[in-house]
Amino acid sequence: MRNVKKQLSRFINYIKHPTYNKEKVHKFLYGSKEKEGFLKQFAVYALLICIGFVYLYPLLYMLSNSFMTLDDLLDSSINWIPSTFNLDNYVQAGNSMEFWSTLGDTVLVCGIPTIINVIICSIVGYGFARFDFPLKKVLMGLLIFTFVLPSQITMMPLYVMYNDYGLIGDIWSFILPAIFGQGLNAQIFILIFYQFYKMVPKVLIEAAQIDGAGYIKSYFRIALPSAKPAMLTVFLFSMVWYWNESYLTEMFVTGLTKAEESGWTTLMVKLQQFNANYSSMQAQQNTGVQINNNESIQMAGTMLSILPLLIAYFLLQRQFVESIDRTGITGE
Amino acid sequence: MAMSNEEKKVKKAAKPKKIKPGKIARRDAIAGVCFVLPWVIGLIVFKLVPLINSFQYSLARIKFTARGMKIEFKQFENYITMFTEDAEFPVQIVSYITQTLITAPIIVVFALIIAMFLNGKIRCRGLFRSIYFLPVIIASGPVMNMLVGQGATTIATIDSETITNALAAIMPEGFEGVTDAVADVFGNIITILWYSGVQILIFLSALQKIDSSLYEAAGIDGGSGWECFWKITLPTIKPMIVLNVVYTIIFRSNNEQNQVIVMIKDAMKGSATAKTSGYGYASAMAWVFSVVEVLIIGIMALLLMTRKDVYEKQIKRQKKLDKKEARAIRRVRRRDARNAKRKKAA
Repeated sequence: MRNVKKQLSRFINYIKHPTYNKEKVHKFLYGSKEKEGFLKQFAVYALLICIGFVYLYPLLYMLSNSFMTLDDLLDSSINWIPSTFNLDNYVQAGNSMEFWSTLGDTVLVCGIPTIINVIICSIVGYGFARFDFPLKKVLMGLLIFTFVLPSQITMMPLYVMYNDYGLIGDIWSFILPAIFGQGLNAQIFILIFYQFYKMVPKVLIEAAQIDGAGYIKSYFRIALPSAKPAMLTVFLFSMVWYWNESYLTEMFVTGLTKAEESGWTTLMVKLQQFNANYSSMQAQQNTGVQINNNESIQMAGTMLSILPLLIAYFLLQRQFVESIDRTGITGE
Repeated sequence: MAMSNEEKKVKKAAKPKKIKPGKIARRDAIAGVCFVLPWVIGLIVFKLVPLINSFQYSLARIKFTARGMKIEFKQFENYITMFTEDAEFPVQIVSYITQTLITAPIIVVFALIIAMFLNGKIRCRGLFRSIYFLPVIIASGPVMNMLVGQGATTIATIDSETITNALAAIMPEGFEGVTDAVADVFGNIITILWYSGVQILIFLSALQKIDSSLYEAAGIDGGSGWECFWKITLPTIKPMIVLNVVYTIIFRSNNEQNQVIVMIKDAMKGSATAKTSGYGYASAMAWVFSVVEVLIIGIMALLLMTRKDVYEKQIKRQKKLDKKEARAIRRVRRRDARNAKRKKAA
């Protein structure tokens, strides 16, 4: 207690007769050789926080708007915080998107090609990393070339081809390319695995072969277990990219011309067609109170379609963010 | 390939002289081809053959009859219509080019700056990283379309109109395109920031791999932070810059915010009888678009990669000199040996 009193009196004294050291203040503000100055640090933090806010701005906007009732939207005095905690928009949007069944579809449409992607890309990456064979350089060049090539250019012939085999409007139009290493962004994944297997010491695999393991066994026993981080990365990113892909999904899996026949759809495709779907649902129901489509409902729909991704990101953000460091996308 | 090692050993023991030196290498090569084979088949079936087909389509008009698809060859008609009769496509492709050329460098430079800040002694670096990475997860075509439609991607306080007007006053006539593009950048500042998540992380991890003793050595020699940036940081992360530029262009082009690819899809949906729709016309548009994109990427990559590393050059020169010296020494030794022999003989 006395100690506190002592310090307090010293503090009061200091305020009454300020005896600051000019050098010290300068050092504090501008920093020295060892320590960065307060001003610089303050500026850096301020900038980072500002940019962070800009990054989060659309998300916050979406979140706050999705809870607003129509009155709140029209009321100019309400900017950010809705007057009531209103979940109606979510119910409306969810109904119009048929949320649960679509979610199930989405998980299948994204999940199956993703798992195939992980398996095939790991095999192909191992082939490129471990072995030398003629034309290897040419094939690697083609790998990068197909990555640069936009998917639009091969879209029409593929559509015709799938149509001939009756694959349009079926999940097989995503699975089949994935089996042959041509899934969505498979080139990046092959390169990730390539980088990873390059880091596995060749001696290990050779030792296994001397001990009597064949090519396949040494791949499964030695190479594959050491590539777990790469597999996680590829799984996460493949999942996210398939989830976010609406262009090709709408074309192949949902089917461009026969969307009614096809049972497959994803949340992103539904979101793409949100406005049209919403009005048709309203026309069909025709009972009870009609709530017209408005901004809040659209925002709620958007929120619903990215909600699973957001949850996954908050649970696994470490793996997402660190994966780029670990897998050596950067090591090229 | 399936031969086990025991068998190999037995064979070796039985007739040791008949094994050729390249045998294991050849077997390895066959195994490698087997591992890569699925991808090679996929490459041919899903990429190369459609590529050729699509070029065929682009030279034709395609009609669907009861018996199937009918291809009528029309030579370059589609391409000519595209640039002479179609009102929208040339405009869209030009705006795509200017937008890409302007936004890609902005995104990469911005990502580099942010990564430099994060690279310092920053508390909560993980939190910032997570925030900057978030858009990578959620920024997809439909979501962006919704957000842009709602005006959620423009910050009200940035008055882009003033900037545009000021620019329009400064710019000489004939450069309206540049003004529009700059205005577009300010109008969609959040969209641009949102597309730099991966780039920031790539730069950050590259920066953290730079040996800190390099900076210490430069500091002892009197190099300022500014000099260190140009002489150490930038040359070291140069490959990452190329990678990021290519990555940015590809992902910006394949996004549904890009009006050109939306046009291609619409043309595909459209009726086959109209002159500016149908598969043939869509293929032609896709070809023009692809050539433009590949050209942009190629030019950007070449611009960034042309200057070779100074150190690499010096190392090469040094190696050449070393070889020359070694050769000279060998020659002298040989001559000495010869002389010694002759002396002995004499």
